[in-house]
Amino acid sequence: MKKIEAKHPRAIRWFHWINVPLLTIMIWSGLLIYWANDVYRVGFGDFTLVHFFPDKFYDLTGIGHRLAEGMAWHFVFLWLFAINGAAYVIYTLASGEWRYLVPTAASFREALEVMLHDLGLSKEPLPRRKFNGAQQIAYTSIILMGFGSLVTGLAIWKSVQFGWLTALLGGYQAARVEHFLLTLGYVGFFAVHITQVIRAGWNNLRAMITGYEVVEVAGPVERQAEGS
Amino acid sequence: MTEESANAQVRSEIARKTRRSFLAGGVATLAGLSCFEWMRSRRADEDEPWPLRIGLRADEQLSRDYFRPSRLARTFPAAAVETGRPNGDIGLGDDPDPDWKLNFGEQALSLADILALPKTVMITELKCIEGWSRVIQWGGARFSDFLAKFNDEPLDGGSYVSLETPDGEYYVGLDMESAMHPQTLLCYEMNGRPLEPQHGAPLRLVTPVKYGIKNIKRIGTIEFQRSRPRDYWAERGYDWYAGF
Repeated sequence: MKKIEAKHPRAIRWFHWINVPLLTIMIWSGLLIYWANDVYRVGFGDFTLVHFFPDKFYDLTGIGHRLAEGMAWHFVFLWLFAINGAAYVIYTLASGEWRYLVPTAASFREALEVMLHDLGLSKEPLPRRKFNGAQQIAYTSIILMGFGSLVTGLAIWKSVQFGWLTALLGGYQAARVEHFLLTLGYVGFFAVHITQVIRAGWNNLRAMITGYEVVEVAGPVERQAEGS
Repeated sequence: MTEESANAQVRSEIARKTRRSFLAGGVATLAGLSCFEWMRSRRADEDEPWPLRIGLRADEQLSRDYFRPSRLARTFPAAAVETGRPNGDIGLGDDPDPDWKLNFGEQALSLADILALPKTVMITELKCIEGWSRVIQWGGARFSDFLAKFNDEPLDGGSYVSLETPDGEYYVGLDMESAMHPQTLLCYEMNGRPLEPQHGAPLRLVTPVKYGIKNIKRIGTIEFQRSRPRDYWAERGYDWYAGF
């Protein structure tokens, strides 16, 4: 028998979905800024494996020659990104939702099992909880990364008035690299997140939209038997 | 109630909830997109939609409130010094005038007047707004020392400094506290040698509390204003404050 169960609180759903356009604007405007000095690459010596970014990327996206525009959006929308993130953290702490989200010692072992399962290397069933260990680690990490982006961003933006922070992060150029790496981290997170949402199916995604999921429970006959 | 009809009820209930959520989500998405489109298409105030300008000015006010002249930009050991990377020659069109004078109010000062001021040498990082930076050893006179010697105008926190190249092609504005910062120099020496023309000879501004765009080369005129002076790159869409 099917039953509707509450899963994600309304506040968390709003914070989550509001973050989508805000983070998009931050990444987009960040790319407009990065273009002006696009020196990062993966490689060694003269050999470059990946350059961020090839000309084709800029041609395709229309990112280029828009530094001033990028800075304006970035330094205005950072506040909305920060406020939404702070509101989420305060809400999860105050409501007790953090208990589902923060990993425990057991989460790391469980995350490994989830990974093996998802890669088809293990037939063990997934834990049936709101968030499994892998999710707890991922969803807590992404919050720490958001905080990291704000901190590294502040160290770049106000590198003299918050000079102690810039020094702590290894200097101005180091803070810029860290800020960029965190952005790559979001892109990686996004790729895995979307894959997992597709794999989990509509009932799971619908819960993030409506707040409710449909679950299979024991039928009324058996239930009565249990109750009597 | 049979299990079949109970399940049907669940299906219709979740369908109702889904419709409601999509309606709310759709309205929110449209509102968000409209906001974005509205912002993007507003009348330009110095080449930036005015809502973004208001945001940048708010950032500027907060930055100025938080600013303390005692917080110094990082200084580096001599071994960290790099060669310069000249970027931007606006206002440097002609060869430097051998009869160059610094126009400051009624006064026409010579380089000798600036050289006579106490000399400050510092190794700081010049940060270009494009994202790169260079560690350079600068030599020059503190702007505050320059004012102590040559200025007789009353100044306060509502004062601004305007600096322009001799030909007026390039110009920047500075808030008073950034101008008075102990690391803001009228600079005539770079990496131990007299300033080269491409770096702003004979006299340029160096201030590690601002992006490179504010570090104007070849200063021709300095004056005080009671409102934010015009600024070359601010007129082209950049933040007027541009300060660290």
